[in-house]
Amino acid sequence: MLLKILNALITVGVGVAAAVVLYWVLNKLAELLPGRWEDRIKPFLYILPAYAALVFYLVYPAVQTLVFSFANAQSTEWVGLDNYTKLLQSSGFQDTLFNTLLWMAVVPVFTVVLGLAMAVLADRLSPMWESTSKTIIFLPMAISAVGAGTVWGLIYNYRPQGREQIGLQNAIVTALGFDPIVWLQTTEFHLNSFFLMIMLLWAQAGFSMVLLSAAVKGVPEDTLEAARIDGANERAIFFRVVVPQIWGSVITVYVTTLIGVMKIFDIVYVMTNGGFNTNVIGNQFFNELFTNFNNGAAAAIVVLLMIATVPIMWYQVRNFRREESMA
Amino acid sequence: MTSTQTTPAAATPTSKTRKRAASREGQPQKAGWFARIVVFILCFLWIVPVLGLLLTSFRPRDDANESGWWTLFWTPSAWGRMTFDNYSTAIDKGGLGEAFVNSLAITLPATFIPVLVAAFAAYAFTFMDFPGRNFLFLAVVSLLVVPNYIAFVPILRIYGDLQIAGTFPAVWLAHIGFGMSLAIYILRNYMATLPKSLIESAKIDGASHFQTFFRLVLPMSVPALAAFAIFQFLWVWNDLLVALIFIGPGDNAPITVALRNNLMGQAGSGQNLITAGGFLSMVLPIAVFLAMQRFFVRGLTAGAVKG
Repeated sequence: MLLKILNALITVGVGVAAAVVLYWVLNKLAELLPGRWEDRIKPFLYILPAYAALVFYLVYPAVQTLVFSFANAQSTEWVGLDNYTKLLQSSGFQDTLFNTLLWMAVVPVFTVVLGLAMAVLADRLSPMWESTSKTIIFLPMAISAVGAGTVWGLIYNYRPQGREQIGLQNAIVTALGFDPIVWLQTTEFHLNSFFLMIMLLWAQAGFSMVLLSAAVKGVPEDTLEAARIDGANERAIFFRVVVPQIWGSVITVYVTTLIGVMKIFDIVYVMTNGGFNTNVIGNQFFNELFTNFNNGAAAAIVVLLMIATVPIMWYQVRNFRREESMA
Repeated sequence: MTSTQTTPAAATPTSKTRKRAASREGQPQKAGWFARIVVFILCFLWIVPVLGLLLTSFRPRDDANESGWWTLFWTPSAWGRMTFDNYSTAIDKGGLGEAFVNSLAITLPATFIPVLVAAFAAYAFTFMDFPGRNFLFLAVVSLLVVPNYIAFVPILRIYGDLQIAGTFPAVWLAHIGFGMSLAIYILRNYMATLPKSLIESAKIDGASHFQTFFRLVLPMSVPALAAFAIFQFLWVWNDLLVALIFIGPGDNAPITVALRNNLMGQAGSGQNLITAGGFLSMVLPIAVFLAMQRFFVRGLTAGAVKG
C-alpha cells in the first residue's frame, strides 16, 4: 500500500519533470531554427503536447466511435444503420430516451431556481450566516455520486410493513399512518426518477448558487436605487432589474447543468442500475459496453449523445466569440 | 464564462454597499425573517441526510439496521453503544483502505500533470501570435462540451492492444486528456487578465518566452492553477464511470468502485458498513473542499463548463 502512494508521488514528480524537460527540448529545437522560423514554430510546439492529449482522447475517438457505430458488436463487420434502427425501435430504449429527456427538462430548471433563490436570500443575511449557509448548500458538490448513494440510501430505505423503518421518508410516512412505500420502485408518474433527480439537485444546487451569487452581487447598486426611486416594489426590482442583468450567468448555469444531466450515469447506476424504468442513456451505454459486450450499440448511443450536444457546442462557440469581441 | 466573471473578487466591494442599502428598504425586517426562515429550512434539508450518514456510521450493526438514526435523539442509552468498529471493518474486510490508497494514486498524478501542459498551451494562446490561433482556441472551447463517452469504446480497444487496461497509467492519461480542455480554458482566461505591459517589458529586457513563462507568468497564475487543480482533484476522486471502464473492480480499484461493489452491492453489508464506507469516500474531498473553497469558487466562476 505504501508502495502505491510512493509510486503515485514519484509519478507526479517524474510526470511534471518530464513535462518540463519536454518543453525545454521543444524550446531548444525551436531555437535551432533560423530567427524568423523560430518565432513561427514556437507557439505550435508550446501547444503541441496539450493538443496531442486532446486529439488522442477526444478528437480521434469521436471519429472512431462514429465508425464503430456502423459496425457489429465486435466491430468486425459493417452493419449499416442496424445499431441505430434496433435501438430506436426497441421500446426499452425509447423509455430510456424519455427518461433522459425528463431529467433534461426538470433538473436544470430547478437547479437554476433553487440556486438563484439561495443566492438572493443568503445575500440578505449577516456575512457570517451568509457564508455558513452557503458552505452547507455547497458542500454536497464535494461528494461523489456513490457517496451520495450511501447518504440517500438512508432517506429512501424501505422495510416491509410492521418492521421499524430506518429510511427517513418511510419513517415519516408510517408515522402519519400510511403504509411504507418502496420509493425507488414506484414507477407511477416516474416518481422514482424524480427521487433520483432530487439527489442530483442536492449535489448541484451549490454550484448554481455560487455562480449566481457572484452575478447578483455584481449588479450595480445605482440601477437598483433608480428603480426604488421610481417606486418599484422588491418583486418588480428583482424580475425587471436584477434578472435581466444576471441572465448571462443564468444561461451558463442552465447549459452546464444540462450538459451534465444529458450524460448522467453514476446516480442511476448506483441507486437502481436503470431498473424500474429509471434507465438513462449514460447507464444504457455502460450496460451495452460491459453487460452486452456490444460495441456497435454502445457507439451508436454515444453518437446520439454527441448529436444532442452539437447545438450546445454551437451556442458555446458563438457565445465565446461574442464575448471576446466585446472584451 | 464572461471575462467579468473571471474576477469575482471585483464583485465583493459592492456587496457591502448593497447591504446598507437593503436595510433602508420599506420593510427590511419582514424581508429579513422570510429570508432567514427559507435559508434555514434549505440548509436543514441539505445537511440532515449527511448528519444521518455520520450518525449511522458509528452505530452497531443491530442498532443501525433495526432503528432509524433519529431515534438516537430520544434513546440516550444507544449513544453508549457507538463504535468505530464499522470503520475498521470497512477498511479491512471491505477493502476500502486499499481502495483509498488507490484513489490517491490515481488522483494525484491526474491532477498535477495536466496543469503544466495546459499552462504552456494557455501561454501560447495568450501571449504569442500565430496563424490559426483563434481557430485552435475555438476548438478547445467546443471540446469543453464533448461528453467523454466518445472516448471509451475506441480507447478501451487501444488499451486492450497495449495491455494497459486496469492499470493506473490507463486512468491517469485518460483524465489528463479529459481535463485538458477545461484546464486550457481556465488558464487562458486568467492569463488574459494579466497586464500585457509586464510581459512586453520582459521581452524588451531580452527574456525569452521560455523564461517569461517560468519566471513571470506561471507564478502569477497560481490562483488559476490552484482553481483548476482543486476542480480536477474532486472530479477524478469522485469519478465512477472512467474508473469502472478503464480500471474496473480488483486490486487497483479506487474507492468509488470499491464502495459500490464491495459494500453497496452486497446484500448483507448493512447500513452501518455502507455509511462508514460512504463517509470514508467523502472525508478527503470534503476536507480539500473546505480548505480551498475560495479557490474552488474562483475556478467555478472562471468557467465550469465541462463535457
